[in-house]
Amino acid sequence: MLTKRIIACLDVRAGRLAKSVKFVDTKDIGDPIKAAKEYYDDGLDELVFYDITASSDKRAIMLDVVEKVAAQVYIPFSVGGGIRNVEDANKLLGAGAEKINVNSAAVKRPDLISECALAIGTQNTVLSMDILKVGESREFPSGYEIVIDGGRKRTLIDALEWALRGEELGAGELVINSIDADGTRNGYEIALTRMIAEAVSIPVIASGGAGKPEHIFEVLTEGKADAALIASMVHYGDYTVRELKEWLQSRGINVRLRY
Amino acid sequence: MGVSLATFSNKDLVSPGCALGLYLTINVLKKKFFMIVIIDYDAGNLRSVQRACEKVGLTSEISSDPERIFQAEKIIFPGVGSAESAMETLKKRGLDNAIVDFSRSGKPILGICLGLQILLDHTEEGDKKCLGMVSGACERFRFTDRTLKIPHIGWNDIQINYKHPVLENIKDGDQFYFVHSYYAKLVHGTEVVSSTTYGNMNFCSILAKENLFATQFHLEKSGELGLKILRSFGDWNP
Repeated sequence: MLTKRIIACLDVRAGRLAKSVKFVDTKDIGDPIKAAKEYYDDGLDELVFYDITASSDKRAIMLDVVEKVAAQVYIPFSVGGGIRNVEDANKLLGAGAEKINVNSAAVKRPDLISECALAIGTQNTVLSMDILKVGESREFPSGYEIVIDGGRKRTLIDALEWALRGEELGAGELVINSIDADGTRNGYEIALTRMIAEAVSIPVIASGGAGKPEHIFEVLTEGKADAALIASMVHYGDYTVRELKEWLQSRGINVRLRY
Repeated sequence: MGVSLATFSNKDLVSPGCALGLYLTINVLKKKFFMIVIIDYDAGNLRSVQRACEKVGLTSEISSDPERIFQAEKIIFPGVGSAESAMETLKKRGLDNAIVDFSRSGKPILGICLGLQILLDHTEEGDKKCLGMVSGACERFRFTDRTLKIPHIGWNDIQINYKHPVLENIKDGDQFYFVHSYYAKLVHGTEVVSSTTYGNMNFCSILAKENLFATQFHLEKSGELGLKILRSFGDWNP
């Protein structure tokens, strides 16, 4: 039976592990390579790295991080942040990433999704979406809007519409990141996750808001997510990956515990 | 090689003992340097497979040269992406024949994901004729239940039908990482080493036939258990 995946998200700024609350107040909280290895040894299913380095001249540092992670960690991992074309994607894959995440650049130029899908495969092309709750209206039938550039810029694009468009363009998976829930540790945005998970036929990864094991349980059941992204919960040592998975298993969620 | 030669004196160089020594040295070096060839046909991240080989102490080389492949002790036939373009590239580089010829020599082949699917006769993906080394065909997952996502992405368990030397350290129910939209349907049940269930589908997750061993999952991305399979493949002498 296919298990639900627990994915750790590591924001990396200039080669260091960072954590933000609602996309601001970024803090340095450690070494991403060390964290990746620790989670891998503890039974994590997958890793996502977001390069949040502001200046483009420091982007090469990320390639170095990817190389070092790939030499130690033998589970799938994806990299996002600043991917604007197939060349960027190929560089990261060459360094050892399994998949790439596109976000703002795909909103600005949707063909980026199809170009990546063609060049590196649909299954390796993940569309990550930052989503803001705006309430249902004629402009936003789903009640949610896509935001870009780290949550700073609104786009007037309806979130559900963009999810469907992304699937059509060749995304193999979707990351549903709620800006409202990001870093709050108050739980995932369940209604949003469920709405998109039910509408698309590709796997959906819930992101933003995990603070307690119960939150993960909720989003994997009620929220119909195929995978849950976690960050603060494990980065600050409140829980280990193993503890979370054992707890989920005890609540009837099928997770991977043999490794 | 220069270092090895330096251990022989001039006298040795002309003696029959030296000839044997040289022969052995060359063979040891050959084994060390040309042990495993990972077939390059532009189908995915071959470096992941190579890194996994390094991790378990296997020396490998990525190559698309049919000559190089024939010299290998073992080959790994990996792959992600579409079977259609993969078959085209294999043909264009003469690798389809190279793989079949290599297999006839009886030396071990490890197929991974698309590398398993292409061993069969045919795939529904682009309606392509494949290598025909194992009787069977690939079909696309089709579900009436919309909650079952395609591709089948994630960690799933295997049910082992019979013990194979490459699975020496693997237990029934162990979990591996899958990413695929098509699955293999084999003609001979005896070649299905393990099966995996997705939704109401039970498909072949490992096949074996004589010197062929292939996994539908990505063993190079399946943590320590995947590495164990790779290590056992390195030791396997069918």
